[in-house]
Amino acid sequence: MLSGQLVGSLFSMAGRVCVSRGSARSGAIGPVEAAIRTKLEQALNPEVLELRNESGGHAVPPGSETHFRVAVVSSRFEGLSPLQRHRLVHAALSDELAGPVHALAIQARTPAQWRENPQLDTSPPCLGGSKKIRGTP
Amino acid sequence: MSGSLGRAAAALLCWGHSAGGGLWGPGVRAASSGGSGSSEHLDMLVKKDRVVVFLKGTPEQPQCGFSNTVVQILRLHSIRDYAVYNVLDDPQLRQGIKAYSNWPTIPQVYLNSEFVGGCDILLQMHQNGDLVEELKKLGIRSTLLDEKKDQDSK
Repeated sequence: MLSGQLVGSLFSMAGRVCVSRGSARSGAIGPVEAAIRTKLEQALNPEVLELRNESGGHAVPPGSETHFRVAVVSSRFEGLSPLQRHRLVHAALSDELAGPVHALAIQARTPAQWRENPQLDTSPPCLGGSKKIRGTP
Repeated sequence: MSGSLGRAAAALLCWGHSAGGGLWGPGVRAASSGGSGSSEHLDMLVKKDRVVVFLKGTPEQPQCGFSNTVVQILRLHSIRDYAVYNVLDDPQLRQGIKAYSNWPTIPQVYLNSEFVGGCDILLQMHQNGDLVEELKKLGIRSTLLDEKKDQDSK
């Protein structure tokens, strides 16, 4: 679908920006990232859990743990609508979302859905948020 | 409004603090002060228009990549008459809508007074054709439906 390609191109451009920023940060996993991983594992018993700290692509200080993208693959999502699936993820991470986590992009898939497209998507580029100066690469 | 006005000019007139989006573009509503985060007020906002989005920024100047994605998707479907509320303008609204929707992040999308989800869900609906169907139920014909029909008939 042409429109899908248009939207897809927005993301592929963003992917290049986000990946280059992500690689600049240290490899250490911060406490928030560790907590997210642990809580999702406990709540959803995922087959696959891919988590990426995308804070480096946003207008926040280096080393921040504010923006994340997660792909959760779990049979617990069977029969649930996307909204219900996202709410399950939110419930598991309610402390983090009430606290340091400012943005959470979610891919919530059943195992069969994941096998069709086993890929953690990329997020669109930051447009500055509430900061007056727009985020620049 | 005369039909001789260019669409761009008409959109400029509507965006900002206009009372309604009319036919020409999404109206950025100025949520009233005092109680703008209350559930009564938000109840009224999400029921007032068929398509309601809460964004960071405006369709003309999104301040967040995820909010921009929502704007772009609606644009792809040629949805013009929708209500937009900029949470960056109003901290009460920003907090209130999260509590009201029981959803921790912005953007947020409502169709026919029903909470649909954020950017990820809207994107998924766009990609799998659900969005076109949901809009059809609201009596909104997405231009992408026409594109698809053209492709099917070839």
